Amino acid sequence: MKRITIEPVSRIEGHAKITIQLADDGHVAKTDFQVTQVRGFEKFTEGRPFYEMPGITSRICGICPVSHALASAKACEAIMAVRIPPAARNLRELLHCAQYVQSHALSFFYLSAPDFLLGMDSDPASRNVLGIIRKHPDVARDGIELRKFGLQIIESLARERVHASWVVPGGVNAPITPQTRDRILGELPEAKAIAHRTFKFFKAVLDDYTDEISHFGSNPTMYAGLVDQKGSLQLYEGALRFRSSIGEIIEDQIPAEEYSQWIAEATLRDSYLKAPYFKPVGFPDGVYRVGPLARLNVIENYGTPAADAERKEFAQRFGVPAHSSFLYHYARLIEIVYALERIEMLLGDSRTLDEHVRAKAGVNALEGVGVIEAPRGTLIHHYKVDEQGAMKWTNLIVATGHNNLAIGKSVQQVAEHFVKGDKLEEGALNRVSAVVRAYDPCLSCSTHASGQVAVRLRLVDSRGELLDEVSN
Amino acid sequence: MPKKLQLRIDGEMVSALEGQTILQAARNSGKYIPTLCYLDGLTPVGGCRLCMVEVSGIDRLVPACTTPIQDGMSVSTTSAKLTRYRKIMLELLFIERNHICAVCVSNGHCELQAMASQMGITNVRFSYNYPKLSVDQSHSRYVLDHNRCILCTRCVRVCAELEGAHVWEVTSRGIHARVQSDLNQKWGESRGCTNCGKCVQACPTGALAEKGWAVEEMIKRNDNITVLAHRKGAGA
Ligand code: SF4
Ligand code: FES
Repeated sequence: MKRITIEPVSRIEGHAKITIQLADDGHVAKTDFQVTQVRGFEKFTEGRPFYEMPGITSRICGICPVSHALASAKACEAIMAVRIPPAARNLRELLHCAQYVQSHALSFFYLSAPDFLLGMDSDPASRNVLGIIRKHPDVARDGIELRKFGLQIIESLARERVHASWVVPGGVNAPITPQTRDRILGELPEAKAIAHRTFKFFKAVLDDYTDEISHFGSNPTMYAGLVDQKGSLQLYEGALRFRSSIGEIIEDQIPAEEYSQWIAEATLRDSYLKAPYFKPVGFPDGVYRVGPLARLNVIENYGTPAADAERKEFAQRFGVPAHSSFLYHYARLIEIVYALERIEMLLGDSRTLDEHVRAKAGVNALEGVGVIEAPRGTLIHHYKVDEQGAMKWTNLIVATGHNNLAIGKSVQQVAEHFVKGDKLEEGALNRVSAVVRAYDPCLSCSTHASGQVAVRLRLVDSRGELLDEVSN
Repeated sequence: MPKKLQLRIDGEMVSALEGQTILQAARNSGKYIPTLCYLDGLTPVGGCRLCMVEVSGIDRLVPACTTPIQDGMSVSTTSAKLTRYRKIMLELLFIERNHICAVCVSNGHCELQAMASQMGITNVRFSYNYPKLSVDQSHSRYVLDHNRCILCTRCVRVCAELEGAHVWEVTSRGIHARVQSDLNQKWGESRGCTNCGKCVQACPTGALAEKGWAVEEMIKRNDNITVLAHRKGAGA
């Protein structure tokens, strides 16, 4: 028996290790997806004043600090038992949408585009964002511009690009100025044009990837995401819905505080990433996915015209629910379109400019749950405090956690299809990494650890001796 | 009327009143000496050792905040040695407790942090203590986080000298020293505390803070304390 280990998987945020075990005849016998870091925010926040949590948890990750700040603030508001002012609500969604634009642009242009623009089998030395800049400078420029658009909104609202201290329990700490609104509105048409161009080019290259689409984690699973009462997409508010692999609504309108009736977490051997599963089905069959594709599958519609038109076209091409993880990229682009539309709507709402942006209160409940749809999927913050507001207990379920079991299954499927024989085919191994990347996993978030990006692929025989090594 | 004395600070001749400290003389003549435990209006205690200066004829460093001037004295406020010592003092403050600026309510408005960046401290050369310390959240309006306390005793002094409540005291010694309220009761149970918040405003770090402020939001106003103290002094 031979064993191939991919560690760490590159172009994801965090550290993962994939082990592929080959049977003696060279067929894939078994795969393992493991997350190898841990940081333990749950532990070291014990005893802190609860209202510090948005600031602390937004340090979990440099890619989506806004998501943690928002989910955390919502959990705090459940503890304070307050409803935040309408302007604060709108501004938070605005911030959140800007975060979507920048995060999805990062995932699409920087992390995944090298695979489908330069080719899965292209030279790994230049199969990265620099390779894109050289070969497709226009695409690279669009990616940079779109990301900048999102980042600048975050910066103008939150004053800081990465860690947004602007989101505070009870609302936000400063209103938006008419100048900022006008500036964003002024830049919006160009951002929309970029999204449009990107879509056009993505649809054109899609046909080169029929093999990937049908073997990239196309196993049917359940899906979960937040929707409003009509079933339209909700990124900031809404209640949880589960849809089955054949498209039936299994559970709907689950309020944040009841999540634990439906989601349980299994601890996996060798991995720091817990594996949440749908409780009524049990472990390990209660696999569900979250994130862009899951949201597309879960909702009735996006609720904005351009995104809904894209969803219609998507449905014609692939059907809904669509299962191939490769289509996460597609859904991510639709969400960029959606986020840009929402930004426009929110800036057009007169309440957004209101100067009353913060509610104040102390501890009025000893427990609080905050749920939002982070770019990578449903994010849950659950806190318990004592009478004085000191943190007693924390549970965070992040998007990559929800997807843990599904990622494992996708890896298995891709390995079975693309890894043949005991030789290290770089292209095949890249596909294995690429299916992990399709989920845009943020492993640093999931284990609440910080990560770096590099790849080491290892081929090990049954006695654990190194046979071959590839790195990119 | 106190006598006028002449001294040199960094080579420049200045005059000051007898009974004034080197720090007062320096500040009155526009000279800068870094301080942390000193707060204008409260009795200086010479605790943080950041204001150390060199005096000709004395072969050790002296704290400017507590050392009275003498006629003909010659003081240097800057030198390579002083910079080295001041940096070490600050680094030792950082390692003693858990100062995690990034998630602190006082981030961006903290005197310890400002001092460190002013001194160009980019890393700490000693290993951290990482003590496990408590956060007293029992008061209805304020929080005491021992993780961020540098034992400057400004809270102790402002409460005793200005508010007259004398809630705060320092207990234990050395590395085990802590500020405590009343006879080591929870702050929220203190009978002496008048809820005035002067200690919070006097505190140079995020150790004492108003409840409910998020990261970076706690901005202190200790100029009021100085004004109040001088007014009181003038009336007395
Ligand atoms: S609590 Fe603040 S004012 Fe009091 S000793 Fe500590 S650092 Fe100084
Ligand atoms: S300011 Fe003089 S010793 Fe602290």
